[in-house]
Amino acid sequence: MSLRLAVPLILLALVALLPTIAPWSQVVLTIALAKGLAVLGIVVLLHAGQVSFGHALFFAVSAYIAAFLGKAFAGGELITMILLGTLASLAVGLLVGLFVVRYRHIFFGMLNLAVSMIFFSILEKFYHVTGGSDGMQVARPSVLGVPMERAGFETLLFYGALVLCIAVAWGVHRYLESPIGHMLKTIKTNETRLEYLGVSARRTLLVGYLVSAGLCGLGGVLMAVTQGIVTPEYAWWIRSGELVFIAILGGSGSVAGAFVGALVYEVVRTYAAAFAADIWQMVLGFFLLGIILYASSGLVGLYGKLMDRLEGKHKTPAGGAKQSMEPAQ
Amino acid sequence: MSAQVLLETRGLDIRFGGVVAADQVDVEIHEGRNLAIIGPNGAGKTTFLNICTGYTKPNAGSVHFCGREITRRSPRQITRLGVARAFQMPQLFAEHSALENLLIAASARDRRWAPFTRLGDVPERDEMMHLLELVDCAHVAERAVNELPEGQRKLIDIAIALALKPKLLLMDEPTSGVASSEKFGVMDILTRALAEAKVTSVFVEHDMGIVEKYADEVAVWASGAVQLRGTPAEILEHPDVIRDVIGEEV
Repeated sequence: MSLRLAVPLILLALVALLPTIAPWSQVVLTIALAKGLAVLGIVVLLHAGQVSFGHALFFAVSAYIAAFLGKAFAGGELITMILLGTLASLAVGLLVGLFVVRYRHIFFGMLNLAVSMIFFSILEKFYHVTGGSDGMQVARPSVLGVPMERAGFETLLFYGALVLCIAVAWGVHRYLESPIGHMLKTIKTNETRLEYLGVSARRTLLVGYLVSAGLCGLGGVLMAVTQGIVTPEYAWWIRSGELVFIAILGGSGSVAGAFVGALVYEVVRTYAAAFAADIWQMVLGFFLLGIILYASSGLVGLYGKLMDRLEGKHKTPAGGAKQSMEPAQ
Repeated sequence: MSAQVLLETRGLDIRFGGVVAADQVDVEIHEGRNLAIIGPNGAGKTTFLNICTGYTKPNAGSVHFCGREITRRSPRQITRLGVARAFQMPQLFAEHSALENLLIAASARDRRWAPFTRLGDVPERDEMMHLLELVDCAHVAERAVNELPEGQRKLIDIAIALALKPKLLLMDEPTSGVASSEKFGVMDILTRALAEAKVTSVFVEHDMGIVEKYADEVAVWASGAVQLRGTPAEILEHPDVIRDVIGEEV
């Protein structure tokens, strides 16, 4: 087996085994996986050349659905929460999507931001329903009807999330490589030609938008049941920005990068806060600057270059520039 | 000349500010007869193509394709009916290879969204490879289109249009941007591809040598209207054309 393939598999095995060696890491890793799913949603839209600064909306919709289900049905059922939460995000995604796919670039990004902030205000102000800024407790749900103890539930959540992420990453990878996935990419390069092929660019983008909303929804439910509480902060624009940040950190356009970025980000965030409580955000800021200036293809791109060097291949400028964020072209 | 009328315009009219781009344009395009459109810059040649493909909406007049009215329909709807377009500036998917460009077009034609099939594995692959061979670009199938020279980009742009299996192909200056020594080569390749695909073509052209050799009919545009129409031999001998379009003293 080649080194290029072996390292990710070893890393995956490490992530899977880490909680058995270091139990403290389990919740952090589960949250990273939940965010990774949402970041994957951002990555899908980046393939169309569009950046949404409001995708925390879909993250929050499903998270609150999980909270309401838990409240209404004395704890609720994890599978129902995941299904209904994701469905709700898809429904909201369709509603918002029909409107925002008519716009591109800064308008697309800002309209998403606006809609998410409307939802944020609703969550804050309707406190008799949503608990306002205190948020809502998410009761620990049963799993397939079986009530769970805390430790067992957290372990199950982690491994369930890991398997789910692998399956979803595979599915999204196949979607992006398929004809309709490639049509999504042509929205970035030549929308006019796409229309002259008889394909609606708006509908193509809407499909991508629904995929991304569903992914954020899936991540939101997982986050809600992992943390046991949902707050309006789930829908806040900073959370949306965080998703974009992680997407660029991991490698904009890369499916694996979404999860690598989320894992690195969450671990750095959790432990940098302990060692450098006041400046950790500044550290992350400089890190992002470094990535944009010197490694525009993110952590996954850096890994690719490292492997090229180890295998003695010379990097080709065309290959490196393909998924970069550089303003040229 | 009893060939079926593919496309017919009646009384097309459009102005941009003070410029008359179409003034009562009545044109019939017959199946199997390749029509060259010539005329000075600003005569409304590209506007005519834009109206026929739905990109520009006329102020008045109608366009019928195969007996159906397509006036004011969107480019997407008109494309689905069988009118394809090639552009003066090649309109390609810059981050995709030549073959991928065609595979996307073929998937669009067959409405093959196939969310879990790799683009490279779609059943249209052999057909698209054949099309690339027809336009003499098979050797660059895997190359990214933004690395290719202009002549090949033009051919791939036209191949994308042909991949849709249209009944009518509208081409805006297929040989502009191509070195003059290669123009006839490009047109030979194109004529072969068009004949095999059994597509009727309309092309805007400035090179009279090309018009003479490859067109079945010629229409002369000036001031937003068709001034003359006939066979290349008739038109290119006409004193008005020699004076106004070719630019020689009679």
